[in-house]
Amino acid sequence: MSLKLVPALILMAAPAMAQEGSIIVQSTTSTANSGLYDYLLPMFEEQTGIDVNVVAVGTGQAIQNARNCDGDVLLVHAKPAEEAFVADGFGTERTDLMYNDFIIVGPADDPAGVAGMTDAQDAMTQIAEENAMFASRGDDSGTHKKELALWSDTGVDPAAASGQWYRETGSGMGATLNAGIGMGAYVMTDRATWISFGNKQDYEIAVEDDEDLFNQYGVIPVSSEACPSVNADAAQTFTDWLLSAEGQEAIGAYQVDGQQLFFPNATDSNAPDDNG
Amino acid sequence: MQDLAESLSLAIALVLSGDADLIEIVALSLRVSLSATMLACVLGLPLGALVAIGRFPGRGAVLVAMNALMGLPPVVVGLLVYLHLSRSGPLGFLGLLYTPTAMIIAQTILITPIVAALARQALEDLHSEYAEQFRSLCLTRMQTVGALLWDGRFTLLTVGLAGFGRAVAEVGAVIIVGGNIDHLTRVMTTAIALETSKGELALALALGIVLLALSFAVNAGVQGLRVSAAARGAHV
Amino acid sequence: MSDLTMDMAGISDAPRPLLPLSVTGLRLSLGGDAVLDGIDLRLTAGGCTVVMGPNGAGKSLLLKALHGLLTPDAGEVSWNGTRAPAATARQALVFQTPVLLRRSAAQNLDFVLRARGGDRGRVVELLDHVGLADKARTPARRLSGGERQRLALARALATDPEVLLLDEPTASLDPASTLAIERIVAEARDRGMRILFVTHDTGQARRMADDVVFLHRGRVAEHAPADRFFPTPSSQPARDFLAGRIVV
Repeated sequence: MSLKLVPALILMAAPAMAQEGSIIVQSTTSTANSGLYDYLLPMFEEQTGIDVNVVAVGTGQAIQNARNCDGDVLLVHAKPAEEAFVADGFGTERTDLMYNDFIIVGPADDPAGVAGMTDAQDAMTQIAEENAMFASRGDDSGTHKKELALWSDTGVDPAAASGQWYRETGSGMGATLNAGIGMGAYVMTDRATWISFGNKQDYEIAVEDDEDLFNQYGVIPVSSEACPSVNADAAQTFTDWLLSAEGQEAIGAYQVDGQQLFFPNATDSNAPDDNG
Repeated sequence: MQDLAESLSLAIALVLSGDADLIEIVALSLRVSLSATMLACVLGLPLGALVAIGRFPGRGAVLVAMNALMGLPPVVVGLLVYLHLSRSGPLGFLGLLYTPTAMIIAQTILITPIVAALARQALEDLHSEYAEQFRSLCLTRMQTVGALLWDGRFTLLTVGLAGFGRAVAEVGAVIIVGGNIDHLTRVMTTAIALETSKGELALALALGIVLLALSFAVNAGVQGLRVSAAARGAHV
Repeated sequence: MSDLTMDMAGISDAPRPLLPLSVTGLRLSLGGDAVLDGIDLRLTAGGCTVVMGPNGAGKSLLLKALHGLLTPDAGEVSWNGTRAPAATARQALVFQTPVLLRRSAAQNLDFVLRARGGDRGRVVELLDHVGLADKARTPARRLSGGERQRLALARALATDPEVLLLDEPTASLDPASTLAIERIVAEARDRGMRILFVTHDTGQARRMADDVVFLHRGRVAEHAPADRFFPTPSSQPARDFLAGRIVV
């Protein structure tokens, strides 16, 4: 470790100056982990020369980071929290971007006997009654909020069984799937993450096709009034592109294993609106 | 076990293919962690030496603090650095969050106590040998520190390696302040965390094997330096 | 200690000479046992004083107390009015086992010359003076015992001390090395440097001493010119010691 290296390394450590055309997207993990950005961003960057840097964290943390002005665009899936973000002046405007749905996956031997059910609340009630294991995100993410809303419909209080059949991992979707699969638990996940997930083992989709499992993603440029440091022009350009016919088409065209992961609905005013 | 074999062959294939993304990630890991190690040495070695030779009130408390800080949880360091570098934080105007510089800062904070505490221990032993002679020569504190650092340099290499090992292996701090942004702040450990969360366990393990190999290479390089120096008798 | 380095200097800068040395009622105990038990001593300028005595008499401790490395429990060491710790920089001490830096012989000297503001060009001259010119690049810790002690002596001389203190410098050396050391020390004395030389080797004491301080049980048993001490020691411990009897 020659001392002659020191100046060189410190030079190398010089801040990577934010380029004029670069933005940070505070994003939920499912869109990043599913590979959607790897597919979309090269097209956008090619056209505009704007570099898009994605920070993929849980929805709760993404919103908090954006409130700290540490992002230019917010792309998450928790509509009430997103609307609060705009109402508090941190975002210019929230727009529906795309949707997919949540599913409940479980082991092939299906200990709670819920495979094939299409009513999420019934299935979850049955899981609770059978004391079958259920792994929850437990991290205040969009998926976690959705799951809690469904539990509250059932009248079951899973928190009472926390640490018994109800296991809160306090982790991201992928980590929760890994943990759930490791302990043979049912897990509620968004379909995009599941399709592109690489460690499925003997797990299969147990519950799907319930309207209540609808999962809406929204996009919000961070307000330059609340956060003067944001690259507002580039953020708006990116948002507009996602919402444009071309961006929407690209989202719809993205597939993993021959399956479409996200359904664009920026202009679809008939989209079901029940993801409380 | 099947996973392990698969990961090993995947790791070898990755390295042999010279995958551009992998090279970028490895290079950033080295750049961030070596820079942090250098800075931690610049700060921590003189600090350790000063405490090693010092006889001052509260020295015991300083020793306890230094040793305790060796156990700083990376995620706590990450959070503290995030809160300072965030646009809404006191240093937000620097625009450093989500840059390699932020990662270097976090890792420097993480490992400086390790470097200082281990240096203190090593140099205290050396100083007990030199102290009487140095007092006879009426050396100043700075001259004493300088002589100890230079004469202890080969032991301190190991201290630096311990710091580097901790830096290059941690994920908690860099993922918070770096954001694991592809082509910008993704390093080996955050890439491993990402692949794990995607359920790509074999690929994650393969990256882990590459990281381990990297650590071996750095340690072997330093060991080579020591051996050749020992052959010249420089630190007999 | 740092403030001392500024006035380390040489004889020319010294406001007044360090000699005579006056030691009165010096007491020092380690671990409860008194090892210096009331030393009274007066040394005048010039020459080589040999400090003798059986093991445990307190010879090394006396030397370190005079040099200012040990703080006495009682009594006073006054170098012509300057208290011991304030005079350290104007003296050099050669230890029985030299502590050398982990670098080459030349770099060991260069380090001291640089630290003490000396002329760094003297490295070659100093090495030559102690017969180590061909070992300049050898790591100090690869030198033989005799070579190491000569390097330590060169380092001591590099600081231009007014007083040179030596603590059994040849105790574990071969005869040739011992002779070399003695010659260099004698030459320094002849140039006017004040020498204090601790030894328990009677032959060496006879060769080196102008006067002898004989310590016994932490006290000065006898202080006499060499030409009187060796033929007619006046104290019983010194007579026993010179006669080869065990002195307790």
